[in-house]
Amino acid sequence: MIPRLLAARLIDLAVILFGVSVVVFLLIRLVPGDAVAIMLGANAEVTPERIAELRGRLGLDLPIHTQYLRWAGAALTGDFGVSIWTGRPVIEEILASIGPTIELTLLALIFGAVPAVPLGALMAQWRGGAADAALRVVSIAGLTIPSFWLGIVMILALATLAPSAPMLGYVPFAQDPLGHVLRLILPAFALGLPVLANLSRLVRTAMLEALSQDYVRTARAKGVGERRVVYRHALRNALIPFVTSLGVMTGYLLGGAIVVEQVFAIPGLGRLVLGAIAERNYPLIQATILVVTCGFVIVNFVVDLLYLAIDPRLRGAR
Amino acid sequence: MSALAQRRARPRDPLLIAALALVGLQVALALAAPLVAPYDPLHQDILARLKGPSAAHWFGADHLGRDILARTLYGYRASLAVSAAAVGLALLVGGAIGLVSAYYRGWTERVLMRMMDVVFAFPVMLLAIGVIAVIGAGAAPAAIAIAIVYTPIFARLTRGPALVVAASEYVEGARAAGAGDLRIILIHILPNLLGVLLVQASLLLSSAILVEASLSFLGVGTQPPHPSLGLMLSEGRNVLMLSPWSAIFAGFAILFLAFGFNLLGDTLRDRLDPRLARSA
Repeated sequence: MIPRLLAARLIDLAVILFGVSVVVFLLIRLVPGDAVAIMLGANAEVTPERIAELRGRLGLDLPIHTQYLRWAGAALTGDFGVSIWTGRPVIEEILASIGPTIELTLLALIFGAVPAVPLGALMAQWRGGAADAALRVVSIAGLTIPSFWLGIVMILALATLAPSAPMLGYVPFAQDPLGHVLRLILPAFALGLPVLANLSRLVRTAMLEALSQDYVRTARAKGVGERRVVYRHALRNALIPFVTSLGVMTGYLLGGAIVVEQVFAIPGLGRLVLGAIAERNYPLIQATILVVTCGFVIVNFVVDLLYLAIDPRLRGAR
Repeated sequence: MSALAQRRARPRDPLLIAALALVGLQVALALAAPLVAPYDPLHQDILARLKGPSAAHWFGADHLGRDILARTLYGYRASLAVSAAAVGLALLVGGAIGLVSAYYRGWTERVLMRMMDVVFAFPVMLLAIGVIAVIGAGAAPAAIAIAIVYTPIFARLTRGPALVVAASEYVEGARAAGAGDLRIILIHILPNLLGVLLVQASLLLSSAILVEASLSFLGVGTQPPHPSLGLMLSEGRNVLMLSPWSAIFAGFAILFLAFGFNLLGDTLRDRLDPRLARSA
């Protein structure tokens, strides 16, 4: 059962990755007007020769399926062409910027996910009455607070309270480990708070659902202690939706990181892709979206496998 | 059971009423902005530049001396217009895709849902930015970008329950009675899904407001000098240490708007789904 399931998931994965690559490929072809002329638009000496030269370099003069195969084939080897303005390979520019974004995303995920489990379990035990309603309001507020605004407010507060504290920018870990971590705490908090609110609500609902199930009643009837019932039987099952949504949260965080990076002046993918939009550097935009989305799809695939591993029902179906 | 009976018997949910009031008030302010705003949002009062709240400018004035209260009210308008257009478009297109998939099954369903899976695979902000890279920055492109991103959510949400309804006896009965495909889909299947779609639309409006604000904050959504909450935040950020008012009030406005719609969706869901209401 499991090998077949795994094969089916792998086929799904391949289909999605193919679809994503087609969408990203078509992106540059969908630009209204002549993408090449637009790309060169910011430049003063636009001659028909230059346009033809760039079009040839991008392979835009070939039939569309040949273009796709060439592009996708090169992309598979990590070759996304050279950046139009800097002349550096696109993949180098992405690799130079991706580190801070991944680090920020992971830190925010840890901050959002780890406390969510005990918090959600606690919230489930406090159900009913005014405390429940208050918690609900607080968690929805946490969910809808704009991360970039929270970041701005925290900068403002810290600048007033502790003007000398390091807040903005990014220093490599090797250069200044403490400064590196300190500068990432605020952005990770701002980015992770909505995830914390989201996941703790999810755990709470799943806990309440689990606690009303027959197996919990059976466990209680057998005389299993309450603490054991809650943490061993109910929480274990409540974790299933929690784990499945970690993938979705990663996608949210990757997107949110782009915005939060701007607030804290972190040189990550956000700066790269926004710069690329401003200078109409389409190959760079394409490659960034492709790399990040494929990474995200693969993370979701792994989470799916984790789900197979922890769901006792699916394991039983083996 | 008694808890369920109690909840059923209780006619009003105070949180639902609070959510309705919050959303209603903000939508009314957005609609009435030209009537209630104390100034034109583009009017510059040079002497009031960067000044904090005062009798003349309740929320203060921004770096160009424009009234922050007026800009916040007009910002509500812009934010709601873009978000509502985006969610409405996604609901129409995604809902149609979900209904058609569930009704015709087979290859139609497989191809359509695969396409939805592909769109869903992109991180929201990244796809929105990608779409804007193609069609250009602005309020309308932002609405289209957000609509594209949310379409698969409505398609999936519609397809599930539509499959159940489409297989039910009364749809079979309607078909036996000679009803055409379109009639069955619109008259017999769609009304069963309205509750679920309404809840999701409210929740997604909340997220759309945040995404629109993010896009405008990044400079790829609503363009200056148009008043926009996201834009006010980015303009306010540049003068944060001198005058934080623009950033602070715009942020609160985004929060209250997104919060209202989220609370509304959340409480409506409890209302419409007795199973969830019991465990909530």
